[in-house]
Amino acid sequence: MSENNEPRHSAEPDPDRIPAPQPPKSQSAAPQPPKSHATAADTAANIETPDEDDAAYVTSLDTAGGAMQPSAVPVSAQSGSLPGAPEEESLMRKIFTGNGIVTILAVLLALILGGLLIAMTDKVVGTTAGYLFARPTDFLTAVWSAATGSYVALFQGAVFNPRGTGAAGQFAPLMETLTIATPLITAGLGVALAFRAGLFNIGAQGQIIMAGILAAWVGFALDLPVGLHLLLVLLAGIIGGAVWGGIVGVLKARTGAHEVIVTIMFNYIALYLLRYLLDTDLFQRPGESTPISPILDASALYPLLFGSQYRLHIGFLLAVAATVFVSWLLNRSTLGFEFRAVGANPKAALTAGINVSRATILVMTIAGGLAGLAGVAQVAGTEKVLTDGVAATYGFDAITVALLGRSSPWGTFAAGLLFGAFRAGAVQMQIQTGTPIDIVLVVQSLIVLFIAAPPLVRAIFGLNPRKKKAAPAVKSQQAAATGGAA
Amino acid sequence: MKNSLRATLKRGSMAGVATAGAAALLLTGCGAAPTASSTATATASNYTGCIVSDSGGFDDQSFNQSSYEGLKKAEKDLGIKTNQAESKTNNDFEPNLRAMVSAGCNLTVTVGFLLGDATKTQATANPDKHFAIIDFGYETPISNVKPIIYDTAQAAFLAGYLAAGTTKTGTVATFGGIKIPTVTIFMDGYADGVKYYNEKKGTDVKVLGWDKAKQDGSFTGDFEKQDKGKQFTQNFLDQGADIVMPVAGPVGKGAGAALQEAKAAGKDVKLIWVDSDGFLTAPDYKDIMLSSVMKQMGEAVETVVKEDKDGKFSNKPYVGTLANDGVQLAPFHDMDSAVSAELKSELDQIKKDIADGKLKVESAASPKV
Repeated sequence: MSENNEPRHSAEPDPDRIPAPQPPKSQSAAPQPPKSHATAADTAANIETPDEDDAAYVTSLDTAGGAMQPSAVPVSAQSGSLPGAPEEESLMRKIFTGNGIVTILAVLLALILGGLLIAMTDKVVGTTAGYLFARPTDFLTAVWSAATGSYVALFQGAVFNPRGTGAAGQFAPLMETLTIATPLITAGLGVALAFRAGLFNIGAQGQIIMAGILAAWVGFALDLPVGLHLLLVLLAGIIGGAVWGGIVGVLKARTGAHEVIVTIMFNYIALYLLRYLLDTDLFQRPGESTPISPILDASALYPLLFGSQYRLHIGFLLAVAATVFVSWLLNRSTLGFEFRAVGANPKAALTAGINVSRATILVMTIAGGLAGLAGVAQVAGTEKVLTDGVAATYGFDAITVALLGRSSPWGTFAAGLLFGAFRAGAVQMQIQTGTPIDIVLVVQSLIVLFIAAPPLVRAIFGLNPRKKKAAPAVKSQQAAATGGAA
Repeated sequence: MKNSLRATLKRGSMAGVATAGAAALLLTGCGAAPTASSTATATASNYTGCIVSDSGGFDDQSFNQSSYEGLKKAEKDLGIKTNQAESKTNNDFEPNLRAMVSAGCNLTVTVGFLLGDATKTQATANPDKHFAIIDFGYETPISNVKPIIYDTAQAAFLAGYLAAGTTKTGTVATFGGIKIPTVTIFMDGYADGVKYYNEKKGTDVKVLGWDKAKQDGSFTGDFEKQDKGKQFTQNFLDQGADIVMPVAGPVGKGAGAALQEAKAAGKDVKLIWVDSDGFLTAPDYKDIMLSSVMKQMGEAVETVVKEDKDGKFSNKPYVGTLANDGVQLAPFHDMDSAVSAELKSELDQIKKDIADGKLKVESAASPKV
């Protein structure tokens, strides 16, 4: 990606100085990918995951969804599903050799290893191990009960608690999971979107913080009628995140500054700016000298979805909406097509007439806006105040969530739910069984580790394809794991 | 070829793991099984005391840890049950507190001002449960929340006086982690102690790192990065300071490291620890530890738990002062010879004067009670 913006690097045109060749507006048979909406949409629909199979992706691009001369490659060899084409076989192949099963196995493996860790840190296991040979059953029972006890508590804290009072109490953990998942999903979407455009966005943390600052200020400083107030809070947050992300995009597009370094530094700038602001009268609670803002006005808070016994707020619905939006953007819109093209190969995208600079700036702005939504969920949803811990670790967890979701919108959504469940369940696990909360974080980290290394998981479960032909598949999966940023 | 190699490797490593595991089991698993345990532990009490940390966790070598140890001590001494929940982020406060309430905690101790709002919400929603919050007081008291707060400036004043009386270079220093009242109160007292020494002795000992009038000074920005503490301390040493008081939890270890390096280079430097007696809790820096400004949080937590268990809960704030030994200057331990007998008696006199109210130590961050 970066070499694209280095001027005088090669004979290729500089995106900033030489106007990119514009594709024809009409559905002509020009040897370029279409700009016209109908064909672009068709192509996008046909290519579900472009980085899954590079060769097929390129051939589909060349035919522009059938609008152009058929290529030399037989249609049956292309990845796009055509009407009437047999889908079952590729689906089955995808499930078994593809990413889905690896993800599930990675989670499973991490849970098993986590269970062993829990057992190892358990006191009863420690004592029974001392007389293992005298009475081995004690030891094994202790290991089993330590591991299962913790996971049962995790489940009860994350999904369903049979000891709760009434249906409301029993489903309270699920509501908590959804609450915690909300910022993870939106921030994860921001990261995933940038991944798809080939940008490694580490800046969600800073974007959440900037959104939190603006949204919180609008929330407690302004006095506005119900409805309008929340709308302004929401807008302020999204703008805060979008601007913070957009600046990174501009720096990347105009100067070629690497987005990883820029976003990391922007995280620091945002955090220390927040700490500074919390020390000023503008943000400090009147009459107190602690770095904590006043509580946001009631009119600025997200309405609760199911009454006051849960923390679940309307921000979750916004997260669902955001997922739908990103899904549409990536798969159905021209802009999303450009993002993916830039992510797949910026040089090719440039040659094909896509304005890479514009795509970079736009994708970072939208990614920032999505992370901003997470910031709003924090200040207007769960925390209701601004502190220097407003972003928690969501900005960094979002990277994990996006990776786990393989940079697809609904995958990110599911990964956000899973992480939300881990976080919510960890509370119960800690209190009920005394398992250190760090173990949950270890399990999460193990999941990511295994997901980042699909060949390892397949090797452990003996799923590695024996045929030589499958070798390239491994490579493309690695690319998919980083959204093509690798 | 590749496959067979891997298979061999796998088989080999499995065998290795199995051997190692078996050896370990042989070595450790030979104990005798205990006879069926009939002796139920003597915990007859149904009282449950609970604690929720802030994001520092119970191993922060600061107020979370001290409070947690206090509760654990109460568990041992009073035979109560305990529950603890560590918060990893600010988002965990409310679920943790809710879980504590539903786990049947009689008293829940929350640590730090960040939990102020969450504690208030849960206390209002559960008027029959009791809470205690460390290092935070509410403007309007809540009937079932007992604030545990400290007038740390009093003990820090002694530390400042001690530093001014011990310095060889005429310059002492302090720095903080984050500019919050529970940190700046140390720095206020320290600066005032030095000022008081200057007034009494006609000296001109300078304090680096904190300006009480402006309420501004040196802060590392967090309670984690030890290398920053080291950097700050090296700067202070370059400016001529020979005694440093870091008010930054674990970051103080960075200061200790820098001072030890300076000591190895032949400089006569000293460290003043905070929160707990550093001679015992940070023994790596024994050789440079002049004294410590202690906040006895563990004792306070245990006292509050005991009072509540005996049905004597009140929401009147517990304020740790020199008078009730809630804050103290730690013993000098190995540095005893570095402090003159005259200085010791002066410190005793100042302590007495502050405790009696004859000498007022004021800080913008002092608890307003």
